[in-house]
Amino acid sequence: MQYKSQAVAKPYFIAAIILFVAQILFGLILGLQYVVGDFLFPEIPFNVARMVHTNTLIVWLLFGFMGATYYLVPEEAETELFAPWLAKLMFWIFLAAAGATVAGYLLVPYATLAEITMNDLLPTMGREFLEQPTITKIGIVVVALAFLFNVGMTVLKGRKTVVNLVLLLGLVGLAVFFLFSFYVPDNLVLDKFYWWWVVHLWVEGVWELILGAILAFVLIKITGVDREVIEKWLYVIIALALITGIIGTGHHFYWIGTPEYWQWWGSIFSALEPLPFFMMTVFAFNMVNRRRRNHPNKVATLWALGTAVMAFLGAGVWGFMHTLAPINYYTHGTQITAAHGHMAFYGAYVMIVLTIISYAMPLLRGRTAANSNKSQVLEMWSFWLMTVAMVFITLFLTGAGILQTYLQRVSESPEPFMVVQEKIALFYWMREIAGVVFLLGLVLYILSFFVGSRDPEAAIEPVS
Amino acid sequence: MSGTFTKSMARNIFYGGSVFFFLLFLVLTFDTTQALPERDNRGAITPVVVRGKMLWEENDCIGCHTLLGEGAYFAPELGNVYTRYGNSKEAIMGFIKSRPVEGIPGRRSMPQFNFSDEELDALAEFLKYSSEINTANWPPNVQG
Repeated sequence: MQYKSQAVAKPYFIAAIILFVAQILFGLILGLQYVVGDFLFPEIPFNVARMVHTNTLIVWLLFGFMGATYYLVPEEAETELFAPWLAKLMFWIFLAAAGATVAGYLLVPYATLAEITMNDLLPTMGREFLEQPTITKIGIVVVALAFLFNVGMTVLKGRKTVVNLVLLLGLVGLAVFFLFSFYVPDNLVLDKFYWWWVVHLWVEGVWELILGAILAFVLIKITGVDREVIEKWLYVIIALALITGIIGTGHHFYWIGTPEYWQWWGSIFSALEPLPFFMMTVFAFNMVNRRRRNHPNKVATLWALGTAVMAFLGAGVWGFMHTLAPINYYTHGTQITAAHGHMAFYGAYVMIVLTIISYAMPLLRGRTAANSNKSQVLEMWSFWLMTVAMVFITLFLTGAGILQTYLQRVSESPEPFMVVQEKIALFYWMREIAGVVFLLGLVLYILSFFVGSRDPEAAIEPVS
Repeated sequence: MSGTFTKSMARNIFYGGSVFFFLLFLVLTFDTTQALPERDNRGAITPVVVRGKMLWEENDCIGCHTLLGEGAYFAPELGNVYTRYGNSKEAIMGFIKSRPVEGIPGRRSMPQFNFSDEELDALAEFLKYSSEINTANWPPNVQG
């Protein structure tokens, strides 16, 4: 750690990991409710558990992005953070808002939460992923503005690197597109159309800039490859991401009442969306192969390579699988979508946050470069357990989705939804088992922070 | 990727490409907005439908169901439930009304929301309006 103010990243990373645990526990509840329908009913109905699962995911990724930003921006800008006190204050506000919102989901019925937070003054609740009470959304905007101000001022007063500019651009985009969450027209088609301006333009747009910038930063640090080379790759990757991804939004406009030309625009452009992820994989492996030094933090390198591969598989391959309109006509809104969503979020965004945590946390905790061997080996176990478990979750959901699509949509005598659900229950059971393995990996991940803390740092091997 | 392809070329492709395709996206959005009145069944959006949509949102129905294929995959698609239930609002209202408070042992069950008759009617009107949006023949069949 080169600048004192980078230390503000630490609480953000810790909060991210705690919310990650909550997310996975509620994921397991959901998985069980798929096969034991009355599990925790009516105390925690499926929709409530799902809100907790998806909202904690989004919030912990945001904590991770903010922590990553506070860590890398001062180092890139070669200056202290503009206002560390503001970063600390915003941390507590964001954590309190997140905690109160999750408590609200769990303690009162959703309609009551809407009533006590006065949703009717500015109705924004009850849309997928954007279920937060309006007051929470306003809080998110306030936190985002203070955060962008703090980071922007730091970038302005310091060295301007491509990593910092791309990251800042991604973060500004994140804040700007979130504003569409306040637009909830009565017209369902318009409502859905602009809902995607938040959801799609986040995860298949500006978040990819954040992902690219963090990955580039970590690769510069661990490989020692010339910054010029890495920055050129970064530009190419994010150029492809936005060129394909913006019009690629069209793959959500096939069946929601929007004109049918979107089937062409969406199919063609989103078929190209795997390209930036493929480039990212080539990039990460290339840089590691051309490394000028062997960084002692081997597990951070593993996470960085893992991110590139899993993002390509989850977002690229599993996205492509059902993005062409004639295929999507049958798979739209089935377990195929769920399969893609799980692996894409894990591969692209969960893993990039775990990458930067893996790189930065040893330094934030006073190590000079890396954790002890013992700790790194345990973290590598957690990497493999979580990643392999996610691969199996995705495969089982894909199996469920193929059967569901066939039985309910394609076969000559289509069967009702609930009848089909019972027929594919075996896949849901296997998914749940894979989910338990994922939790085991997460437990090992957390343990890796506490083992071998007194052992010496892992040694550096010379480049062969 | 070396030699003649420089970093500034890559940067220009990024800025140029992003701006161009975002502007194209805005043009398509404008055209979509022009075309929507023919497709989105806006003539049917009465105050009762608006009330129904509000109830749909304030009870987080999307947390279990899909609507036009978007939402959660735990419970049936509702964009076409009106036609699936034989074009009957009463059937929809009857189903919602009759959900057991304690659920069904071992099975998935919709919660009992204790809606008033006026609220049930608004929800059914909202689902009827949704079913009449032109969705390019999606879903493939009545099962949703």
